[in-house]
Amino acid sequence: MMTDFLLGHYAYWLTLILLSIGLYGILFKKNLVKKTIGLTILQASVVLFWVSIGSKWGATVPVRHYSLPTSEVANYLNPLPHTLMLTAIVVGVATLGVAFSLLIAIYNRFQTLDEDEIRDQIQ
Amino acid sequence: MEPTFVPLYAVLVSLLAVPLILLSSSRPNVREFWTILAGFIKFGLILSLLPTALAGNSVELTIIELAPGLPLLLKADPFGIYFAVIASGLWIFTSFYSIGYMRGAGEKKQSRYFASFAVCLSATIGIAFSGNLLTFIVFYEMLTLATYPLVIHKENRKAIDAGRKYLSYTLTAGLLLIASAAIIYNLTGTLDFRPGGIFNDVHVSGPLMLTTFLLFLGAVGVKAGIMPIHSWLPAAMAAPTPVSALLHAVAVVKSGVFGVIRMTGYIFGTDVMTAFSLNDIMLVIAGTTILVASLLAFRQDNLKRRLAYSTVGHLSYIVLGVALITPLGMTGAVMHIAAHATMKITLFFCAGAIYVNLHKENISDLDGIAKVMPWTMGAFVIGSLGLAGIPPLNGFLSKWHLAAGTLEGEMIIPVIILVVSGLLNVGYFFPIIYRAYFKTGDSSLDNHTEASPFMVVPLVSTAILSILFGLFPNLFFNFYDLAQLIAFTLFNGG
Amino acid sequence: MIETHLPALIALNFLVFALLIPLFGIWKRAVCQPLAVTGTGISTALSLYGFLSVLNDQPLRYFFGAWQPPVGIEFVYDGLSAFVVLVINVVAFIVLIHSKHVAIGEFAQKQMAYYSLVMLMMLGFNGMVLTGDLFNLYVFLEISSLSAYALIAIGEKGAPFAAFRYLIIGTAGGTFYLLGLAFLYTVTGTLNLIDMAAMLPELADNRAVVTALILMVVGIGVKAALFPMHGWLPDSYTYASSTSSALIAPIGTKVAAYVLIRIMLFLFGIELIDLVVPISTIVGILACIGILYGSIMAIAQNELKRMLAYSSVSQIGYILMGISLANPFGFIGAVLHILNHAIMKATLFMVSANLRMKEGHSDISLFDHTYRKKYPLTMLSFTVAAISMVGLPPLAGFFSKWYLVLGTVDANNWLFLVVILASSLLNAVYFFRILEKVYMSNPNSEVEASDETSPMDEVKPSMLYTTLTFAVALLLIGIFNVAIVSMISSMFPGGL
Repeated sequence: MMTDFLLGHYAYWLTLILLSIGLYGILFKKNLVKKTIGLTILQASVVLFWVSIGSKWGATVPVRHYSLPTSEVANYLNPLPHTLMLTAIVVGVATLGVAFSLLIAIYNRFQTLDEDEIRDQIQ
Repeated sequence: MEPTFVPLYAVLVSLLAVPLILLSSSRPNVREFWTILAGFIKFGLILSLLPTALAGNSVELTIIELAPGLPLLLKADPFGIYFAVIASGLWIFTSFYSIGYMRGAGEKKQSRYFASFAVCLSATIGIAFSGNLLTFIVFYEMLTLATYPLVIHKENRKAIDAGRKYLSYTLTAGLLLIASAAIIYNLTGTLDFRPGGIFNDVHVSGPLMLTTFLLFLGAVGVKAGIMPIHSWLPAAMAAPTPVSALLHAVAVVKSGVFGVIRMTGYIFGTDVMTAFSLNDIMLVIAGTTILVASLLAFRQDNLKRRLAYSTVGHLSYIVLGVALITPLGMTGAVMHIAAHATMKITLFFCAGAIYVNLHKENISDLDGIAKVMPWTMGAFVIGSLGLAGIPPLNGFLSKWHLAAGTLEGEMIIPVIILVVSGLLNVGYFFPIIYRAYFKTGDSSLDNHTEASPFMVVPLVSTAILSILFGLFPNLFFNFYDLAQLIAFTLFNGG
Repeated sequence: MIETHLPALIALNFLVFALLIPLFGIWKRAVCQPLAVTGTGISTALSLYGFLSVLNDQPLRYFFGAWQPPVGIEFVYDGLSAFVVLVINVVAFIVLIHSKHVAIGEFAQKQMAYYSLVMLMMLGFNGMVLTGDLFNLYVFLEISSLSAYALIAIGEKGAPFAAFRYLIIGTAGGTFYLLGLAFLYTVTGTLNLIDMAAMLPELADNRAVVTALILMVVGIGVKAALFPMHGWLPDSYTYASSTSSALIAPIGTKVAAYVLIRIMLFLFGIELIDLVVPISTIVGILACIGILYGSIMAIAQNELKRMLAYSSVSQIGYILMGISLANPFGFIGAVLHILNHAIMKATLFMVSANLRMKEGHSDISLFDHTYRKKYPLTMLSFTVAAISMVGLPPLAGFFSKWYLVLGTVDANNWLFLVVILASSLLNAVYFFRILEKVYMSNPNSEVEASDETSPMDEVKPSMLYTTLTFAVALLLIGIFNVAIVSMISSMFPGGL
């Protein structure tokens, strides 16, 4: 029973592990670049989770194929989560871009990317 | 003139004077002219409502809806008109007096002073004419804000501390008022002031009723100076004396007492008050306040502070009279509003005249001043005798009714309190009179004469008024009939 | 034509101007601000027109490309969204007019980028309010957030760091929202808010749905600065340029609060929200803590902008508390406070911008009585807004407080009642402290203050009159609040 539960939800556990790693990076790393990496991992975990809920065994990509009649939609994957995630990935890339330009601005002003040192300099 | 709009005009007239006062700040005479003109117009407008009040009718005017079902309602009922007549009438005296005082004392920022004063009066008349609790709240908070610049007028450390204390007490009171209003609205679905109360058809549990009552009592009690929430009042004596005279003896504190009566008679209703024994709480608080304040008054050497504690005590006379829940007690309470107003304003005027003229604030320095300022001290004697309840001054009449009210309610302790406090009143006023008349002053009194007529005339006039109202309680304004009428409607429905 | 496409036009108009501004800005920098004002003005006019017509008509559902949901994306233009869109556009319009000289003074070189970003941010905010699709909401959330990060970074020395912290926390919040949405999607198979709301009653005790609700409330709570997720806010508002603060502070958190209303009261609904986890109680208690914490921290601040930022944390708590009460009065209080607080905070931040323009700082300990002479109208606006914040009648702030108080009494929630009242007092403490300094001569100073030293030296008309406009608006909203309240009460889910 327990093994079934654990194995049957493996996508959830992977998401959870990635999520935790990402959160750990955000909360506890002092270097701002590492924080950014943590953020990316956090986003990736959610993207992967969406992808996982849109996929299933025994189905194929949602492109019409002559051997698989469209009357049986179960033969195809649900494309929506994947397309949504394309958008989410684009958002993630944009966020990363903004984050890096901010980091450059921070480095130019403070000559460091360490959170504590920056805090000291501001005060 | 359409009578329905008179209450609105009466509220607005002093507000309209504010821009005029501020614009003519460089020409003091013109500025003071506006104040006095507004004072007379206001008084005239309110007097024109007096026949309506004597006939037992009210004038109602809905200005705008403040919240669904809760309009900004001006309703000039007999009690409101009664209070408005007192406040606006004494404003005229205070305006003249202020001119003498402010110029005599060389105060700065007089324009701000006169402008704030005018706003205060608008707020006070607004309170008097509030037809429901939400309107009352609006004007109550307006009064708080407008009084603040007057309290801190001197802008020294003491004044600013007093201002902070004043704000913290009164703003808290405002919040309590909002809370209790919300609860009352939730329970009854209305906030109208109705003679006999709005709780009659509503079933409310005891604890909830008690909470609501205590919130409300705390809210109006701050301005009414009941103990232990009175301490802003002595502190606010840092303000110039005319402020103490009109606001801290008449307008602000009487708004508080006015609120107590509105609460007792028009929100909770006399039946509910007795059914939940809410009046017993008020009796205990008022009785204690009377005695403690009178005792504390002894300890004050500063003349204005002694008067402040005396005010605290006398306000609780009114609360006590209300708490008796008897027609005679209510009549006495309502009458004491007018009586205490005329007498206490006289006393404060005297204190201010002494301060401006001789720069003396403490009682121990007052030796022999009666020779220098005979009129002022004469008025002071009349005022203090009146407060002690000695006939034929008007303090006697109200106190008589209060005592009769206690007997009507078959209570004995309040009578004892009244008698003891009367003695204490004599006790703390007598040393002042003794020093002024029977001790010889030092050389600092040489070359000094009576204060400026701007001050002396108002204070003598109010003293004379106290005598006249004592002899002829129905003179000019039929105050006695009005008080009886108000008490009657409270016990027999509107 | 305009009627049917109105919701899309309001939002997409900003996109057009976001592109026009760089186009013309390269040619001439001075046209950026007028263009931004024009763009916002058009959207304001459209949203005003739309608001008035939606009042009389049915809510408008706009389907993009005529694709019906659940396949297509829709904009829902009902009373509530029309109201909030109107509020944020009007506030942005006035603040942008005000921004002209602030922008020249504080970041003259970056005007083109600044105004273009403002347009993008407004696109995001308008989209968040209008959209009826939960994934679309996420996209607009990120558009607005990314532009806001950039806007905040244009400011003082600490600004990029504050913006970076906001970026990390804000993106994490957005990601949580997305994760929550994933759970909802697995259960319902739709992303459309109206569709999903129709399905949820049968699924409300599903564990995935409950998890989703919590994750989404946490995610949006970050954007709304719900305690304890407010950490990004004080620094961001303090270090950002004065005009960015004046723009983001009134609008940003309000839109997030609006999204919370949509999720908690419309998507889940009053009956379902507390079915498994007492989420509204938790939000309410967090709001209470935020209210007290924000007010107390505000008292401790010596910098006007930082004080206002903490005050924002506290005021947002009012709105969230109103939502969490989930009764009509609480709802009216919350929505009215969205309007009131937007205008109050805009006024206060604009005053701080005016002072920074003239004095070069907004350090409260340096304020003195000369301000009263030098900036009489600016300080008058400040006074009005401050008194409204304290909640004294007849100003606007009193009425939102009144309805919130009625809501707490209605819900028999005495704790919330005490918190609201206590917070008003704390507000009084930190605002009267400033008023005392400005309107009174310093009693401790040795020199006798003379009244004649400082002639009037007000800011430029574009800054002065915009500030005054808001101050007057506060009075008018207060006096005529019944008209607004009766509209709001008709927006309550399920009606009154």
